[in-house]
Amino acid sequence: MQFNNLFSILPAAVLALFGCVLLLLRFDSSRPYLIFLAFAELLAAIGLWRQTDFLGFTGFRGAILIDPFGIAFNAICLVAGLICAVGAYRYMEREDEDHPEFYGLILLAQSGMYLMNSGTELITVFIGLEITAVSFYSLTGFLRSNPRSSEAALKYLLLGAFSSGLLLYGFSILYGLSGSTHYLNIASMLATRNSRDPLILMAILPIVLGLLFKIAAAPLHMWAPDAYEGAPTPVTAYLATASKAAGFALLLRLILGPLHDLRPAWEGLITFAAIASLTVGNLAAITQSSTKRLLAYSSIGHVGYILLGLVAGNKTGIEAMLLYLLVYTLMTTGAFLLLSALDREGVTDFRGLLYRHPGVALLMILLLLSLAGLPPTAGFVAKYMIFLSLVQARQYWVAVIAALYVAVSLYYYFRIIREMLHNPDDSPATLTISTGWRAAVGLTAILSLGLGLNPEPVLAWARSALR
Amino acid sequence: MPQLNAVPMSWYLILSAILFTLGVAGFLFRRNIITVFMSIELMLNAVNLSFVAFSHQLRQVDGQIFTFFVMVVAAAEAAVGLAIILTVFKNRQTLSIDEVSSLKN
Amino acid sequence: MDAALFYTFAAITLAGALATVTRRNPVHCALGLIFSLLGVAGLFLLQAAELLFAVQILLYVGGVMVLFLFVIMLIHLEQAARLRQYSRQWPVALAALFAVFLEIYVLAQSGLPGLPPSPQPRLNAGGNTERIADSLFYVYALPFEAASLLLLIAIVGAVWLARKKEQPQ
Repeated sequence: MQFNNLFSILPAAVLALFGCVLLLLRFDSSRPYLIFLAFAELLAAIGLWRQTDFLGFTGFRGAILIDPFGIAFNAICLVAGLICAVGAYRYMEREDEDHPEFYGLILLAQSGMYLMNSGTELITVFIGLEITAVSFYSLTGFLRSNPRSSEAALKYLLLGAFSSGLLLYGFSILYGLSGSTHYLNIASMLATRNSRDPLILMAILPIVLGLLFKIAAAPLHMWAPDAYEGAPTPVTAYLATASKAAGFALLLRLILGPLHDLRPAWEGLITFAAIASLTVGNLAAITQSSTKRLLAYSSIGHVGYILLGLVAGNKTGIEAMLLYLLVYTLMTTGAFLLLSALDREGVTDFRGLLYRHPGVALLMILLLLSLAGLPPTAGFVAKYMIFLSLVQARQYWVAVIAALYVAVSLYYYFRIIREMLHNPDDSPATLTISTGWRAAVGLTAILSLGLGLNPEPVLAWARSALR
Repeated sequence: MPQLNAVPMSWYLILSAILFTLGVAGFLFRRNIITVFMSIELMLNAVNLSFVAFSHQLRQVDGQIFTFFVMVVAAAEAAVGLAIILTVFKNRQTLSIDEVSSLKN
Repeated sequence: MDAALFYTFAAITLAGALATVTRRNPVHCALGLIFSLLGVAGLFLLQAAELLFAVQILLYVGGVMVLFLFVIMLIHLEQAARLRQYSRQWPVALAALFAVFLEIYVLAQSGLPGLPPSPQPRLNAGGNTERIADSLFYVYALPFEAASLLLLIAIVGAVWLARKKEQPQ
């Protein structure tokens, strides 16, 4: 019993412990912090891997469930955390804020994500969500003498706290309707409810809206471009991927678990959010002059695609969501990290990059092609799976609209590529590159291509995660 | 066994809904950052009220425990939030949301 | 008796909340919020949540609100009072108001039909505090531990953000 409890949260405990120890360390260079962080992630990964032999175990009286779904999402968050931290240190040195708190908060945020991914009890997932959110508020404002960073943190915090309030209001009604905070009990108490029951709507609408905020889906995306733009770029990479993945895990666990039979109550809202995210993300990205903001809007568009898997609602759709999230994590962390190496963030600052730094430019082109979803990259496979699920569910109209936005997205991704092909500028942006950065961005770009050439392993991974 | 109130539970829920609306209205309309933050506290209190009302109705303490955690979260958010407000004020010398807009295009 | 107390506390809560969202001076807003919190504490007491009543007053009114007042004092007051106080987000606000009034209507109409039958108390009858402690350390041990982590993160974050940047020697 005791062992079960500890085992069920082992990765989170390791991450939290190492995160706390990291806060106490002081070294002259950031390399020891990184080694420490990588070691913690490795231990957490081993813990996750060991958990695959104990599927179906629960810990803390049903608060945590070990299942392939949670393990898959935790793996995504782990990869994102590691890549962002390893690629970050030169950026933080440049900003003169290279401190152990940064790496500590990255680990602590990840332990909160573990609770979101594996939690099956309302209080546990809520505390996990807040651990993640509060860490990210601090990380977003980490460059405290930079006004843009602290203003981004403020905006993120105010809207984040507001959405937590919405979410909690929904939780309170859900608790009142079912008399329990455990998903299993909620599911059995809600089984007899009609999805047109106004009280059910009162519970589901705030919950779904609150979670749409956490994954930065329109119409609750207003915070995302500002927070992404003002945050330190490696934090943006982490925020746009891991935090989003954990938000999706929480949403999917609720919606496919206790709320699954009430599909009519949330289906319309999710469909609306998916289409709205596609529209807002892709159309707003066209006019952006800052690459960081452009990528932020494009990430809103990607959330739209991922939500389409839920609109389709079949098994292929959920698999596609998982696959898309993994691929999205790789290419988005890669693109933001690559941007973090440049000292300026405008689209035009990429001018002539292909001539000055051909290697870096090729990596960026690879990542952008994957983001645009062109074959033979992994982004294409992910989008293909989403469209396949829509066709299987006979949602032809939605598929057509989504396909139109793929064409729109080509335009703004190619704007960056076109700038790189232009002749070099007089005063080009300078590049600061570290070994860790090379490894992190190189890995994401190679995987973005490799998983597109041979998608079989990830497809099998997504299938096994939903057994 | 606690006696049920003479006051029906739906009154508590209506009060909670009104309080929540006031919080939302404050959040949407006020421009002073600190007041916006206080409006969020109002929303959380509305949530607490409805948790406790349900908990009382169901004669169990789970809802009250949820309220505890909401309070912990409110305290944590207030600490970080006020620190961020101080940082913004140090950097920019203003409290108005409209002026905190260097991030807009 | 109960009804009279309910009305009293509800009136205090709502009046405080109204003051919070309408007053110009942030200190007045904070005082309004304190009244509102005290009203809610009274409502907790009416519903036999004695421990929460105490915690609400000690932690919320005593802790969080003092923090708010400190920050208000640290920041120039006169300037804050002169700002434009309201923004114009009418469409959003009207939608939100409409949703909530619909909600209140539903609640008033239905009075919550078909709530699950009240289960028997799971734990031995005892005082409110004992029952909460039992449940907290028995069923909700994990979120309890996680909450300590949350508070640690909040402390680290707040200290980091509020401290001045170290000047290079």
